[in-house]
Amino acid sequence: MASLKHLLGIEGLNPASVTNLLDLAESYALLNRSGKTQRDSLRGRTLINLFFEDSTRTRTSFELAGRRLGADVVNMSVATSSVTKGETLLDTAATLNAMNCDLLVVRHKSSGAPALLAQKVGASVINAGDGTHEHPTQALLDALTIRRNKGRISGLTVAICGDVLNSRVARSNILLLTMMGNFVRLVGPPTLVPGSIGVNGVEIFHDMEEGLKGADIVMMLRLQKERMTAGLIPSSREYFAFYGLDRKKLAYAKPDALVMHPGPMNRGVEIDSEVADDAARSLIKEQVEMGVAVRMAVLETCARSNH
Amino acid sequence: MSTLFRKIRYLDASAQSLHEGELLVQDGKIADFGPSLGNPDGAEIIEAEGAILCPGLVDLRAAIGEPGFEYRETIASAAQAAAAGGITSIAVLPETDPVIDDPALVRFLRSRGEETGSLTLLPYGAATRGLEGKELAEYGLMKAAGAVAFTDGSKAIASSRTMRLALFYASGFDMRIVQHPEDVELARGAAATAGPRATWMGLPSVYAAAEAICVARDIRLAELTNGALHFAHVTTAEALEHIRRAKEKGLNITCDTAPPYFDLNETAIGDYRTYAKLSPPLRVEADRLAVVEALKDGTIDAIASDHQPRDADDKRQPFAEAAPGGCGLATLLSVTLARVQNGDLSLPQALALLTAKPAAWLGIEAGRIAKGLPADLCLFDPEKSWQVQAGKLPGKAQNTPFDGRALEGVVLGTWKAGRRVYG
Repeated sequence: MASLKHLLGIEGLNPASVTNLLDLAESYALLNRSGKTQRDSLRGRTLINLFFEDSTRTRTSFELAGRRLGADVVNMSVATSSVTKGETLLDTAATLNAMNCDLLVVRHKSSGAPALLAQKVGASVINAGDGTHEHPTQALLDALTIRRNKGRISGLTVAICGDVLNSRVARSNILLLTMMGNFVRLVGPPTLVPGSIGVNGVEIFHDMEEGLKGADIVMMLRLQKERMTAGLIPSSREYFAFYGLDRKKLAYAKPDALVMHPGPMNRGVEIDSEVADDAARSLIKEQVEMGVAVRMAVLETCARSNH
Repeated sequence: MSTLFRKIRYLDASAQSLHEGELLVQDGKIADFGPSLGNPDGAEIIEAEGAILCPGLVDLRAAIGEPGFEYRETIASAAQAAAAGGITSIAVLPETDPVIDDPALVRFLRSRGEETGSLTLLPYGAATRGLEGKELAEYGLMKAAGAVAFTDGSKAIASSRTMRLALFYASGFDMRIVQHPEDVELARGAAATAGPRATWMGLPSVYAAAEAICVARDIRLAELTNGALHFAHVTTAEALEHIRRAKEKGLNITCDTAPPYFDLNETAIGDYRTYAKLSPPLRVEADRLAVVEALKDGTIDAIASDHQPRDADDKRQPFAEAAPGGCGLATLLSVTLARVQNGDLSLPQALALLTAKPAAWLGIEAGRIAKGLPADLCLFDPEKSWQVQAGKLPGKAQNTPFDGRALEGVVLGTWKAGRRVYG
């Protein structure tokens, strides 16, 4: 197993380390399904979930992953209102160092915050989402879900649709999917899909019909309500009409194309319930299930490297 | 009291190449210079051993922590850093607390400079009261108190109406308006220049065009009002092209840039290095090259330090939240000399951008080697090398974007009105 002290982003990983993580996660997924969930590879280790931004799903997923590996799990939600923001982050780092924590899972609204913490703490830092930069465990769990359903994680055409500009999920997915040899399409209005995101293997579309044509996977992104108040799109009604995924638009993709969404969904804004809840096409529930398995793999790999 | 510098290399006011010779200082003034000045009675002898003696540097733009932000820097500490950098005059921005928008505060800063004994402080007055961009400040009274020009410092004058009034009103007192050129709406919240790097780092960014948009508007307003306008720290090819054309047209437009913008590009912010977070942000390589070109062809009138003191807490934060700005007094000369070493500029060109040109812009008796002028001097060894290390720079502010950079050009001594203040 490759050494991995921190997981700050998909950037910095290579295809071999991704495959290793996915293989380990796959084995945990099978064990989780068989009901033999309890292991003790992280017994005596302390995992702190440090969330500067609210998130029930990701935090719960990491918490469950840590407990299943036998770690002591502590959740810290840090209100950003009371203290000056920067002080909170570095003061917290000093506190955590004093507690001798082993694994630190961080979510922060500022890009680069986990990288800053990684310089200041002895623990392994795992990025659980930083600003609009990266969300590596989401990209890994998406990759595992795709691999399980398509039998491979290369040579596929993946359409990532919606608010790419403000999405850390999109960035991590683009990096991982192109690294593994897939074709990525970004689909959305020009105000939400920056041209400057172009890398090899990435194409940009502003029309769903063109963008989804021949896609194996349609990955929808959450549209934050703030995007409307910021004037990036005029209304949710117009957005749904042109970029919301419904049966009609899904028909542009391959007949066996599968639908993904990192959650939480805005039904009727970026995705129609009929598509989201169609068990034959939607992988959304499996993504959540794979989330726990992938996080177990990441925690164990980082803990081993930092021993 | 007199001092004789022996075996110096120097440029006189007209020269385009270095002379070898001697220079005599008497009663705080440059008394004489030439190939050989004999042995004046009682003069202190400085053996320069071939080092270059140039006028003390005249820094067109620096923010100083005092008054109001003494935790970042005091005037005494800035004076120490300036002396170590060979700087003897600094035009200081009004973005202090209180804001320098009142004649009494202009006088206060002038006299605080005199108290240092090593540094002349030349205050910019605020262009608008409280730097709020709304009401004009008292240009006439502040000029009488010694203000050198008017600016809202690191804030752009956003309103076209306010800019028109400021240029028009200042023209009545033969004074310049200095603009931080940036379209405020486009730049809101930005931490980096727009492009693939900012997108992948997930940083809020501003298009380079935001600078050109502001520059184009303000040139038009200067033309409309017949006003005198200066653009501070210009960083982009497009803005420089606008300025070049305005100068060709004969408009009263000038500009400066700062060392980070011709020595570094946006790659310096990699790994979220907040010491390289500046305002305006570091740009792409093509813009850096355009700045170098504009230094060569004279479009840029001066190189300023653009010194912005910050303390560790201002900078040890996530990138988007960290305060922008870099300290620049101690590195101004050496980073500029790097352009001479690689052949972009001649030594006379580089030194003029740091001395004679900014002095002429400010209208002060400095920046030249000429008989009768105050003996503000800097002696440096252009070949000696050193390495910039944040934490080991002179003065309090350590937030250098050049941390780790190896440079050639070491200041051996600095003299203010004939008195040695460094080395």
